[in-house]
Amino acid sequence: MDIYLPIANVSVNALVIILLGGGVGVLSGMFGVGGGFLTTPLLIFYGIPPAVAAASASTQVTGASVSGVFAHMKRGGVDFQMGAVLVFGGIFGTAAGAAIFEILESLGQIDTVINILYVIMLGSIGGMMAKESLASVRATRAGTPVPAAKRRHHPLVANLPMRWRFYRSGLYISPLAPLILGFITGIMTMLLGVGGGFIMVPAMLYLLGMGAQVVVGTSLFQILFVTMASTMMHSLTTKAVDIVLAVFLLIGSVTGAQIGARLAQRMRPEYLRLFLAVIVLLVAIRMALGLGWRPDEIYTLQAL
Amino acid sequence: MIRWLALFLFLLPVAAGAQNVPKLVPDVSQREINIQSGFTGAEMLLFGAIIYPRGVAPEGQVDVAVVLRGPTRAVTLREKQKIAGIWINADSTDFRSVPAYYAIASSRPLRDIVDSKTAAIYELGLERLQLSPSGEVDAAEQKRFVDGLVDLNRRNGLFRQEAGTVEITDQVLYRARLNIPSSVPVGTYTAETLLIRNGRVIVADDNVQVRIRKTGFEQVVTVMAQDYALFYGAMAVLVSLLLGWFAGYVFQRL
Repeated sequence: MDIYLPIANVSVNALVIILLGGGVGVLSGMFGVGGGFLTTPLLIFYGIPPAVAAASASTQVTGASVSGVFAHMKRGGVDFQMGAVLVFGGIFGTAAGAAIFEILESLGQIDTVINILYVIMLGSIGGMMAKESLASVRATRAGTPVPAAKRRHHPLVANLPMRWRFYRSGLYISPLAPLILGFITGIMTMLLGVGGGFIMVPAMLYLLGMGAQVVVGTSLFQILFVTMASTMMHSLTTKAVDIVLAVFLLIGSVTGAQIGARLAQRMRPEYLRLFLAVIVLLVAIRMALGLGWRPDEIYTLQAL
Repeated sequence: MIRWLALFLFLLPVAAGAQNVPKLVPDVSQREINIQSGFTGAEMLLFGAIIYPRGVAPEGQVDVAVVLRGPTRAVTLREKQKIAGIWINADSTDFRSVPAYYAIASSRPLRDIVDSKTAAIYELGLERLQLSPSGEVDAAEQKRFVDGLVDLNRRNGLFRQEAGTVEITDQVLYRARLNIPSSVPVGTYTAETLLIRNGRVIVADDNVQVRIRKTGFEQVVTVMAQDYALFYGAMAVLVSLLLGWFAGYVFQRL
């Protein structure tokens, strides 16, 4: 079933796109991440132009996270105050990201920067997650009680001025910390087409020290609004959002996300985290190798 | 066919009386290619007739080359080099006139039917395209970039060169098929036919034009994305929100 993508200007197999979205959706439902970090590289690998891939992936992440946000809201798993601060920072982040995107594109270095950013972020976060989840898997196996997670925020965060109370997160910290976090994630969303859940969740846990019960819900809340902002930003600046591509990705991913959410209930959280860490590390390794291997195309064209 | 024959007979005395050069009557299978949701590329038939003075074909072999050429545009070509262990865009060259699409088919390999001067004048063949590179002074380096550009487009299916694919019947009728990939840029294309004999182009005709454009939904989406960006972005957000919400709603019922 071939379908022509009007913005990407290529013909693709709709089934492949739906399955790709579905696979990513399962992961996003399981882990509460948008899955953009997988969608964008896979789309590029399939032959979609990088800018279109990043822009349309962020549109897809919006749809993939909306039902998750509702589900977490019902359980009281969203800290709206914290979420609002993050979104506020995130919207400025997407604007900054758009400016960076334009500069890098005119220099011809956008692809390399995207790749290097992926490698650094996925590598370090995947490594951290793998280490942490392995430790807790080992502790569970040995029968020793899981060491209680240190609910303390990073000293840097503690030193910031002007503290607010975030009741649902159980925090008394400066709003500057989530604001900066939101800003950085917003830049990532714009450049990489990722929701940023895989940065946001560990940062919330280990940097801000938020209560685990609100981390995923609040992260999804932030992702929902920031990907909406980045879709708008891409529409206005790069004009690379392919609505046809996004719809087919969505058909797969919203279905996959529901399946993933059900699967997640049957799995032990530490194994779940280990599994995610492995996937993240694999993507990072693949991209790192890609930087060093001789690329298929030495030459790239850009219309003037 | 009847129409063809009528045209043929009508033109015959005119061509014969006027001069001693043959005349080409070229046409294409489609004057318009519409890109719609199921578009996976197209096949274009370029065909026509050769009308000789006094209706007599000359002795020896005649050859025909057909060219389909897209609108030209200026591009930057970037070249990746391995720097500090990773491949990054290092060098670049601007080209002022690169055809968005260029396909040439000929009845025999080009190097056997035209001399190099003629090939250069009529831009026959991928290595003869006038791409107007700028910025590079070093000839070897310029050639490397030109080769890179042609190779890239050739593998993307946007540049093609095929020999032996123009069929000539009785030295009078000719036909050739050219493939157009789905990634073809929109615009007005020119179909050119060249009659070649003894290494020289006897007559060339480039009066046939082909319009490639998006239509229907694809056209609407493209125009919206370009000219009504705010509305388009809002639509994209709304569609993804609705789809996401709808799936959640449906699955809760299951």
